[in-house]
Amino acid sequence: MDFCSTLAKRIGFGLLLLFAVLVLNFSLITIAPGDIADTIAGVMGGANEQVLAEIRARYGLDQPFHLQLWRYLSAVAVFDLGYSYYFNTPVTTLILEKLPATLLLVFSAQIVAIIVGTLLGVLAAKKPNGAVSLVVTFLSLFGFAAPVFWTGILLIILLVSVFPVFPVGGMTDVTIEGGFFIQSLDLLHHLCLPTVTLASIFLALYSRHARASMLEVLGADYIRTARAKGVPEHGVLYKHALKNALGPVVTVAGLQFSAVISGAVVVETVFSWPGLGTLALQSILARDTPTIMGILFFSSFVVILFNILTDITLRAIDPRIKSG
Amino acid sequence: MTKRNMLLVALLAACLPGIIAWADEPKRGGTLVMSVQNTPRHLNPAVQSGIATGEPGTQLFASPLRYDEGWNPQPYLAQSWAVAEDGLSVTLNLVKGATFHDGHPITSEDVAFSVETVKANHPFKSMFEPVERVDTPDAHTAVLRLSRPHPALMLAMSSQLLPIIPQHVYGDGQDPKTHPQNSENVVGSGPFKLVEYKRDQHIILERYEDFFIPNRPYLDKIVMRIIKDGSARTIALDNEQVHVSGFEELPRDLLRLRKNADLNVSGEGYAAIGSIVWLAFNTQQGKTADKRVRQAIAYAVDRDFILQAIMLQTARAAKTGIHPGSPFYDDSVNGYDVDIDKANRILDEAGYARGDNGVRFALTVDFGWESVKAYAEYLKPQLKKIGIDVTVRASADFPSWAKRISNHEFDMTIDNVFNWGDPVIGVHRTYSSDNIKKGVIWSNTQQYANPRVDELMKLAGATYDIGARKRHYAEFQQILADELPIYSLYASPYHTVANTTVGNPPNSIWGTCAPLDRVYLKN
Repeated sequence: MDFCSTLAKRIGFGLLLLFAVLVLNFSLITIAPGDIADTIAGVMGGANEQVLAEIRARYGLDQPFHLQLWRYLSAVAVFDLGYSYYFNTPVTTLILEKLPATLLLVFSAQIVAIIVGTLLGVLAAKKPNGAVSLVVTFLSLFGFAAPVFWTGILLIILLVSVFPVFPVGGMTDVTIEGGFFIQSLDLLHHLCLPTVTLASIFLALYSRHARASMLEVLGADYIRTARAKGVPEHGVLYKHALKNALGPVVTVAGLQFSAVISGAVVVETVFSWPGLGTLALQSILARDTPTIMGILFFSSFVVILFNILTDITLRAIDPRIKSG
Repeated sequence: MTKRNMLLVALLAACLPGIIAWADEPKRGGTLVMSVQNTPRHLNPAVQSGIATGEPGTQLFASPLRYDEGWNPQPYLAQSWAVAEDGLSVTLNLVKGATFHDGHPITSEDVAFSVETVKANHPFKSMFEPVERVDTPDAHTAVLRLSRPHPALMLAMSSQLLPIIPQHVYGDGQDPKTHPQNSENVVGSGPFKLVEYKRDQHIILERYEDFFIPNRPYLDKIVMRIIKDGSARTIALDNEQVHVSGFEELPRDLLRLRKNADLNVSGEGYAAIGSIVWLAFNTQQGKTADKRVRQAIAYAVDRDFILQAIMLQTARAAKTGIHPGSPFYDDSVNGYDVDIDKANRILDEAGYARGDNGVRFALTVDFGWESVKAYAEYLKPQLKKIGIDVTVRASADFPSWAKRISNHEFDMTIDNVFNWGDPVIGVHRTYSSDNIKKGVIWSNTQQYANPRVDELMKLAGATYDIGARKRHYAEFQQILADELPIYSLYASPYHTVANTTVGNPPNSIWGTCAPLDRVYLKN
C-alpha cells in the first residue's frame, strides 16, 4: 500500500473515532443526574422554578435527548462548538483563550522529559549495571509511580512554602511591571514547577525506553565496527547508537501525547495554571455540556493528529517502515 | 503618685487620642492583592448572585445603602432615606454629583432601572417582589412603591443585592443575563472600575477617581487573584504574595494562619451572608416523618464534638436556621445537647423496638460536597448508639446531589444554606409551605408545613417594628426547634485573613462582599 492511501485510511479512521467520542461523551453527560440549571442554582445560592425552567428552555435542555444530540452534532459538523452555558461565552473563544497556556505547559514538559529522559537513558546504558544506571532507574520509576498531584504538592511544600523560591501558582504575577523581557522571565518562573511535575511522569518512560533500545543497539555489529575503526566513545554513543535507538522514544512520545494532556489536567489544577485542564475540570463540575464536549472534541482531535504525525515522523527516521 | 507624675499622666492621656489618630490615618495609594476562591460567571451582581460575583461586584457597583458592623443601615449612594408612615413607600435621596465609570450622572432613573432588572432577573424573588413601581419625581429622588410593608427591602438595598447599574448601558435592549458588558467593559457605579478580567486568573480593579465619596477609595488598585486551592491560598498569605483573603473556612488552614504573627485572622462579620450547616430531614416520607425520630437523632448528635473535633473550635454553634450573628437569632431554644439515653428512651416510647441485631431501623444520609463528608460519616457510628443503621450516600457532584434532594428522594442530608441578609430573603424559603417545589434545590426540600409557622413568617416579614419582628421570629424558632425539620449544627467559620500591613481590613456583615473603599495599605 502506498503512503497516500495509508494516510487517507488513517484520517478516515480518525474521523470515525471523533464521531464516536462525541456521541459517547454526549450521551454519558446527559445520562448523569442533574444539569447546568442545578449548578447555576448552586452558585447563585438558590433559585426558583421559573428561573430553572428559563435556563433549561434557553439552552434547549427541556428537549428530548436525540434532538439535543442531533442539534449538537450538526453544529459541530460546521465547526460550531456552541455557547458555554456557564461562562456565557462561545466555547471556541474559551478554548482558544486557554489553549496557549496548556500548549506551553505540555510542550515544555514533553521537551524536558524527552531530552532529559533520553540523556539519562543513554547514561544508564553506558554502564547498565553501574551506580548511575541504578540511580536513574530508581528516580524514573519513582517519578512514574508517584501520583502527579502528590509530586506537585510536595514540590510546592518544598520550593514554595519551606524555601520560597517559586510562586504559589498561576501563570503570571500581575503586580510585576516591566517590558517583554521581565514578563517572560516571570512566566518562566511560574512555568518551572508545573513543567517539572508534569515531566516527572514521562521521564521514566523515555529514560527506560532509551536505555533499553540503546542497550540493544550497542550490541549491534556496526557499533563494534565503529569502535574498531577508532571512533571515540561519545561519538559511538551519540552519533552512531542514539540515532538508531531514537525510534522507540519517538513512538512513545507520540503515543504519550494523550497522557500528557490528561496529566496536564491534574497539574494545572494543583498549580492554578489557567489552561484547558482547569477549564475541563470546572466545566465538568458545572455540567457545562458544550464546554466539556468542546474540550473533549478538541483534545481527541489533537491526539488523533499526533498519532498520524508520529507515523509520518517514524517513516522519516526509519525508511524501512513502509506501511502502518 | 507625685504631682509631677500625675501631670505627666494627664499630659499623656491628653495626647493619646492624637497619637492613635495619627497612627490610624489612612494612607492613599498602593496595590492590594486579594485572593478569591472562585471564577465568577460574570461581574454583574444584578443578574448573578453568589459570593464569586459579590466580591468584585461590590467594588464595581455601589448600592443605595451599606451596613455597619451592628446591622445599622448607613448612607451610601442614597445620602438619606425615609419609610412612609403606612410602610407602603420608601424614598431614597441620592447623593448629588455621583457618576458612573463612563462619566454619565447616576440618576433616579438608573435606580428604577436597577430595581426592575434585579426584580426580573435575580434568583431571590422575595427581595423586590412587593415593589410595584419606582417613581422618579426628580433626578435625585427615587420612591419605591410597595404593595405591602416590606422590611427586608432595607438589607436588599445593600451590598451585592441591589447594584446600581447604568440604564444607558444595560438597558440597550439586550438580555441583561447575557449582556456582553457583564464581564468586560463593565460600566459601574462603585469605588473601583474594571481594568481586566481573565477567567481563572485574576480581576484587576483600579480606583475610580470621580467616586462620589471624596478622597475614597484609598487604594490605587486591587488585584483579585483567583486561587481555588485552600492550601495554595494559605501559602500565598504566609509568603505575603497575597494581602487579604475573605471567606476562609477550612479549620486546619485557619489554625495554621493564626500562628503567623504577620497576619490578622478575624472571624468578625459575615453574619448577613449567614451561612449555616445543618442536618435536614425528610419530614413527609419514611421514618424521619415522625417528629420523635428527628428529636432522638438530634439528641444523639453531639454538636460540641463536631465543633471541637471536626471544626477545631473555629466555628460558632447555630441552634436555629437564623445566623447566630443576626439580631433575630434566638439563643434560648432547645439546642438538643447530646443525651444518648434520652434519645433511646424517645425511640423506645415511640415504639421503635430494637431487633435481634440491636437495630431499630435503617436510614440514609446524603452529602453533596467533600467538605461536609465528615459529618455524614460521623452520623453512622453515632446513630448506631441509638439503634439506627445509617448508610452514607455520596453523590458524584453537586448537580447529582441537588437532583436527589430537590426531588425529595432522601431521609437525611447534610446541607449548607445562606441567610442572605434579612430572614425574608434566605430563611423563609426553607420553611414556607408554599415553597415546597420539586426540582428546586434550597426550596422547602424538607416538605415541612405548619400554618402557624407560615403565619409568623408573614407577620415578621410585614412590619418595620424590630421589636415585633424579634418576637415573631423568636416564636418561629421555638416551634422549629421543637418540630425539627432541620437540626442546625453551626455557622460556617468564615474568616477574613489580612496581612498586618492592611489598614481597616473588611469586617462588614457582608464580609468581603462589601465595598473596600476604606481599606488601605500602611506601607
